[in-house]
Amino acid sequence: MSNEKNETDFPLWEVFIQSKRGLDHKHVGSLHAADARMAIENARDVYTRRGEGNSIWVVLAEHLHASRPEDQGAFFDPADDKVYRHPTFYVMPEGVKHI
Amino acid sequence: MDEKQLEAGFQAKVDAEQKIEPKDWMPADYRKNLVRQISQHAHSEIVGMLPEGNWITRAPNLRRKTVLLAKVQDEAGHGLYLYSAAESLGAARADLNDQLLTGKAKYSSIFNYPTLTWADIGAVGWLVDGAAIMNQVMLCRTSYGPYARAMVRICKEESFHQRQGYEIMCVLAKGTPEQREMAQDALDRWWWPSLMMFGPSDANSPHSAQSMKWKIKRQSNDELRQTFIDRTVPQADFLGLRIPDDKLKWNEATKHYDWGEIDWTEFNEILKGNGPCNKERLEARNKAHDEGRWVREAALAHAAKQAKKQAA
Repeated sequence: MSNEKNETDFPLWEVFIQSKRGLDHKHVGSLHAADARMAIENARDVYTRRGEGNSIWVVLAEHLHASRPEDQGAFFDPADDKVYRHPTFYVMPEGVKHI
Repeated sequence: MDEKQLEAGFQAKVDAEQKIEPKDWMPADYRKNLVRQISQHAHSEIVGMLPEGNWITRAPNLRRKTVLLAKVQDEAGHGLYLYSAAESLGAARADLNDQLLTGKAKYSSIFNYPTLTWADIGAVGWLVDGAAIMNQVMLCRTSYGPYARAMVRICKEESFHQRQGYEIMCVLAKGTPEQREMAQDALDRWWWPSLMMFGPSDANSPHSAQSMKWKIKRQSNDELRQTFIDRTVPQADFLGLRIPDDKLKWNEATKHYDWGEIDWTEFNEILKGNGPCNKERLEARNKAHDEGRWVREAALAHAAKQAKKQAA
């Protein structure tokens, strides 16, 4: 332990909140808690004091994996040259409707 | 890529107003600077609960009491948003907390002043939160993504804080002569410390130039301070209270208020730890931390026991 108070942290949890039924859960931040239940209750108190939440997900930060920003170019490259995945790639005859 | 190229790429991103995210490459000093600034900001929110918490049990009525409770709870939340942003840079929460408790880390000097009367709660909300908002609105556009997002969240909540303070001032300023006097006294004591919140003047601000280049800061201390004065003076006029500055005067040419001199000796003394409440604040934080230890230990023991039960 490096700090003088000789304390360890509770594990770190990442918090995701769904603001309204039907919407995605969105990352809002993190917090420390001893277990999942405490994490959810703390997330309610920290991140939803004004009715911002309809549902809360928490996940241990150590279980979250992410793509690497330094590989960003090469990693997302395969999607860059596939214009045929967009509807504007296709030529539609004049006068045809609802397509 | 070597360090120079990485740094050029980083600066180009900043210049193009792209946010820097936790896993991006960043100069070691950018990271260090941010951890310092964000954790100081977080500590300020946490210590800031103390002067106001002082009046929760003595609020004049139930409405004021519930409001003050909610406000102090918000400050705790703001501290936590900020610690979360600092941790995304690799800082450990226990270490940040340790730096606060041992007095190694700074927090805003304003919270080393005492809240002597109920009117101080009005003045703190109006002036201290008002000054903080100026700074925080600017930081919503800061270059580090998690810090900017925490600031957006904080700013949404902060305007209630300022309004509840001004409402208290309105009631007192229109009240009995004693209440008016209390309001004036609070303004007299909080005005100059509030102006100090913006930090040293630009010429003496050691971190400012680099912070501006990295777009951590977007406006200078003096610029923000002037805007605050320009906005706040008419609010004091409305209350019929006098701002304690003989040199304060509207300047038609600059379209700003001219004003007097900050006593930087006082500011520096407080930074050094010699303010009226420095010792008391640190003691209160340490007491809360030490007395809460058994709760943290019990929570961990409970979590371990539950995990074991589930595994069995």
